[in-house]
This record gives sequence, structure tokens and C-alpha cells, in this order.
Amino acid sequence: MSNNNASGNLAVAQKAVKQLRLEASVRRIKVSQAATDLKNFCLQNANKDPLLMGVPSSDNPFRPPKSCTLF
Amino acid sequence: MGEMEQLRKEAESLKDQIIVARKGFADTTLQEAVAGTAVVSRVQLKTRKTLRGHLAKIYAMHWGAGLTQCVSASQDGKLIVWDTLSTNKVNAIPLKSSWVMTCAYAPSGNLVACGGLDNMCSIYNLKGKDGNVKVMRELASHTGYLSCCRFVSDSEIITSSGDCTCILWDIETGTEKTIFAGHLGDCMSLGVAPDFKSFISGACDYTAKHWDIRDGNCTHTLSGHESDVNAIGFFPNGNGILTGSDDATCKLYDLRSDQELITYQDATIMCGVTSLAPSLSGRLLLAGYDDFNVNIWDALKAERVGVLAGHDNRVSCIGVSSDGMACCTGSWDSFLKIWN
Repeated sequence: MSNNNASGNLAVAQKAVKQLRLEASVRRIKVSQAATDLKNFCLQNANKDPLLMGVPSSDNPFRPPKSCTLF
Repeated sequence: MGEMEQLRKEAESLKDQIIVARKGFADTTLQEAVAGTAVVSRVQLKTRKTLRGHLAKIYAMHWGAGLTQCVSASQDGKLIVWDTLSTNKVNAIPLKSSWVMTCAYAPSGNLVACGGLDNMCSIYNLKGKDGNVKVMRELASHTGYLSCCRFVSDSEIITSSGDCTCILWDIETGTEKTIFAGHLGDCMSLGVAPDFKSFISGACDYTAKHWDIRDGNCTHTLSGHESDVNAIGFFPNGNGILTGSDDATCKLYDLRSDQELITYQDATIMCGVTSLAPSLSGRLLLAGYDDFNVNIWDALKAERVGVLAGHDNRVSCIGVSSDGMACCTGSWDSFLKIWN
């Protein structure tokens, strides 16, 4: 019984080490590059972002223009 | 005995290697990189629609890929598909189990899915021949609650569970294609990459993991949070990961530099983050909190630029429509609100 536990724990530990080896070997880029890319993505797409730019009522599908009709 | 000790030492050494490697690429901070960029001006969104109809707490919502339909799930035992423009209910689907925790809309618009304490993910066909919406598949093999589900296509869906795993399912056959194991705590949330090749998961082990859908590998484990990661989502460029946690903060990590870029926190915010969604350009981060509010952050400058106050109970879910035109919040107060 205790032997099964021991081999089970061993397998878990081996898996953990294998996973850490994989994560340690990932290719990385500099934060300056990542940050610049993020900033540029935001700035380049800013104009197309309705929540950021605000939506004029005429273009807002959720806000039909008010109209008065007299019957 | 000797081998266990060896493995333990190797694990510690690898963890140190990762920390050192990440530091080596940290030549600056996001804060410094955007020092010359101005904070966005105050964002004031108004409630444009209130979707009424659920009779109990709303736990999840998801926009369809079309511009105006969304699905919501409530513990009143119903899944409702809404036309957000008219506020009409397109479908009101009664569920076998009312303990629902998540729902999803397929990109095609043909299917919706949900699941919860029944440990299953149920797939419903909205476009059945006779017009009735029926259960198409019940995906059962998780040994814990279903916390989140997201469609990859009409034939594949990914689920995250309280059993600490995520699963990629073949909907046709109802079987598991890949089991993603590695988290050491309940998986709470998942997000699929814009290119559908990978996904991210947040868990109660305080980490976020990035997974390759095809080869099943976990490629990155990102830590830093001091409590459960409840909410997760990709930054729209596909390289950034946004997380929200019970530690009252949100974080932005970058996959390519394999580290945290910035934390969104404020001394006055002391309650957990339940949900989050970026705006179309990623510049705004909308996050729902336990204190009934949604805070809007300037994602680059990490400053709060707005608040959505309108719910009378916890905001449990939030989503931005696919064209970025509106944000939808769902709450324990049983209402959904559309804002822009």
C-alpha cells in the first residue's frame, strides 16, 4: 500500500519536473518590445473602439433617436 | 527516497531558473513604456437597456458573434437568449439542473451551452428543424462543477471545472479529446485565443495557465495573484492575458515576455473581482466586483477612469459585444444591463 503511494508520488513529481522544464525553455521577448506592441495596438485601434470614443446617438443602435409623432 | 529528493531539488532549481530568466527580459516596465501616453478621459457609460425576465441570480452571460444577441444563465433554472436591441427573449430554455454556473454562445450562432453543479456541459441546438430547442449533447466526465465553457467551433467546446482540469470535447461524439491537467486548485474561468489555437485558464491555485489546444501542453504558468483567479480573458491582440482575482486586483500578463506587466489596484477597492472584459482596442478594461460595481480601467496607465453603478447586487458577469459597441453586465439582482 505504502509502495503504491510512493510510486504515485514519484510519478507526480516527475510530471511536475517535466512541466517545469517545458516552461523554463519557452522563448521570451523583452518587456520593452511587448509593452510597445501593446501600446501600439491600443493606439492604432482606438478610433474603432466605440466604448472608448463614445457613440453619437445617431449611430447608436441601442439608442434610437427620439421622435415625436402627433396622431 | 533519494529520487524524490532529487526531483524536489530539480523542481526548485527550475523554478529559480524561470524567475531569473523572466528578470533577464524585464528591461523596462509597462508603466515606463507608456509614461508619455496620456490617460484616457473619464468614461461615462449609460444603461441603454435593462433585460428583465430572470427570477433569480444571474451567474453568466455571453454575447453571440452576431452583434446583438446574447445568452444568460440564472439559477432560476433558465437559459435565455436575448435580442438586446428589442429586449425580447428569443428563447427561454428550461434546464434540467437549475444550479447553472456558466453559459456560452457558439460563434456560428447555432448552439448554446451551459453547466454547473451537475458537473456536465449541456449543448442546446437553437436551430432545430421543428423550432423547439432541445438538448443535443450532455458532456459528462468532469468530477467537479462546471465553472466555464467556451465553443471553439460547432464541433468542439472547452470546459473548465472544479475538478482542477479543463477538457476539450468532441461535441459530435460527446467524448473527451484532450484533458488539460496541471492546475492545483479549482479552475474558475477560461478564455479562447482570437486565433482559436490556444486557451487560458484561471484557477484557485492563484495562477493563470496558457494551453496549446492541439498538443495539449501547458506553455506558460503565470503567478502573482494572492488569491483565487476568478476571471480571465485575452487582451484583443492575442498576446496579453487579463486576470481578475479575489485579491481585489486585476493583472495584465504578456505571453511573449512570460511575465506580469501591470496590476490594476486601488486602496479603496477591497473586494474580489468576479468578471472582466476588455473593450475592442483593449484600452479599456471593464471589471465586475463583489461590491455591486463595475470599474473601468485605462489598461495601459492602470488608472480607474469610470464606474458603472446600477446593479443592486454583485455583478457576476460582463461581456463586450463583438463589434465593441456595447457592454453587458449580469447581476445577482436578476437583471442584465446593456451600457454604452
